[in-house]
Amino acid sequence: MLKLLRLLQSKPIDEIRNLHPAYCSLLIKFDPLRLDHSELQSRLVPYLARLEHAPLPKPRQIEIPVCYGGEFGPDLDDVAAMHGIAPTQAILLHSSPIYIVCFLGFAPGFAYLGGLPKALASPRLETPRAKVPQGSVGIGGNQTAVYPFATPGGWRLIGRTPMAMFRRNQRPMNLLQIGDRVRFRPISEEEFAESSSR
Amino acid sequence: MSAILVQKPGLFTTIQDLGREGFGPMGVSASGAADPISLRIGNRLVGNPAGAAALEMTLVGGVFTFERAAVIAVTGADFSPSVDGIPLPMWTSIKIQEKQTVALGASRSGARAYLCIQGGIAVEPFLGSASTHVLSGLGGFEGRALRNGDRLDLGAPNPLFRKETLSPKVLESLQPRKLIRVTNGTQSDWFANSSWNIFCESTFRITEQSNRMGTRLEGPPIPVDPSREMITEGVSLGAIQVPPSGQPIILFVEQQTTGGYPKIANVISADMHSVGQLRPRDEIRFERIEMNEALSLLIRQEALLGSKELFQE
Repeated sequence: MLKLLRLLQSKPIDEIRNLHPAYCSLLIKFDPLRLDHSELQSRLVPYLARLEHAPLPKPRQIEIPVCYGGEFGPDLDDVAAMHGIAPTQAILLHSSPIYIVCFLGFAPGFAYLGGLPKALASPRLETPRAKVPQGSVGIGGNQTAVYPFATPGGWRLIGRTPMAMFRRNQRPMNLLQIGDRVRFRPISEEEFAESSSR
Repeated sequence: MSAILVQKPGLFTTIQDLGREGFGPMGVSASGAADPISLRIGNRLVGNPAGAAALEMTLVGGVFTFERAAVIAVTGADFSPSVDGIPLPMWTSIKIQEKQTVALGASRSGARAYLCIQGGIAVEPFLGSASTHVLSGLGGFEGRALRNGDRLDLGAPNPLFRKETLSPKVLESLQPRKLIRVTNGTQSDWFANSSWNIFCESTFRITEQSNRMGTRLEGPPIPVDPSREMITEGVSLGAIQVPPSGQPIILFVEQQTTGGYPKIANVISADMHSVGQLRPRDEIRFERIEMNEALSLLIRQEALLGSKELFQE
């Protein structure tokens, strides 16, 4: 998926209007008035043939500070209890692995991170929250992510980061790119307050 | 000096154009006018490019004082527009004098009305578009719906402009529909014939929770094969998701870019503007058609919008 996305981004097909990458699929939105489905398919053949040779950028390492639990992570205790571990153990588990950015989707800058320890996988909430605070770190199934904006959301919230995931005045606007490696670093409430006020 | 003073914003008034395509890889959906056909016609009536930024009003319109003369057109649903208290015809270009006030009231039909102004509304574009993406607070006027006292700027007027009125025949053929046509969705075969029968033969009500992200429907639940497990994938505008509750959701202009619920069907492009005119408690039905028919309907619609017969002689 990633290689096809990169190829289509570096050598765009004019009639393609948008691309929606996900774990193992790429949705291609095209203008049906200028190109029909079978034509698009044949135009894609040479791209698929070049997949082997598609260069991928070197992944970057990004550290995201997170204040776990308390008002920032209202579901931390539930998640820990669900797996029969202490909240501190859950924090340790969540902040140990190096995650990989599988794709960005859902909302601007929302990066789906792969690599959540099995011992933390938790079902989504029965009833999603109408508003999840910006920067919330959540677990949904075997995925984890940071909510870049205050949006509705059904993932279980275990912490919050003061780091901006989507910065409209910076290039690139999204902090995380597909393929990046991410690690969460636990911080105190004081450190959170300090970096938020900066 | 600004050009328009917002005296009353209305229920939910945002700046919209035809949206920003191409940013799916960043998780940014296209946004744009909920009824793009009304926006395009309105812009053409005032001599703008079809995708100029205009005001999209929802259910209840606003009150706007013009601080300089302008040419406007009101299109979309009938919100009883008036200028200084005198009823204003829709679907035609009208000259507004300095200090005149244009007011729109509650909807008499449909959900959205557009106020298009010559020169377009001038805002700093975000990712190439003036459209407001409310969820993320990006684009449009400070990324939000308008408030009392906001002041809007306009782009340059078009000196080649002449007055135009939409042909009543065209207006008739573009009337929003309540029988929404759909093609198969990516997971169509996850739904048994009995589920499809419920989907195609029931009436669905639009719920109050509907917004620019999704049109939420209420009706007899549509069962989905519980043995299937979805992997999150890209979702398109008009995709009809069926969550475990069985109550379908039509993904709309401010849609999420990916989703994890199975999609029974997809609203055809030619009927998307009809979805933009659905009000809470409206009732709709679905009709399943083939992809080639959907394509010819779109070709016909675009031909009509591009034809010389669009405007009255």
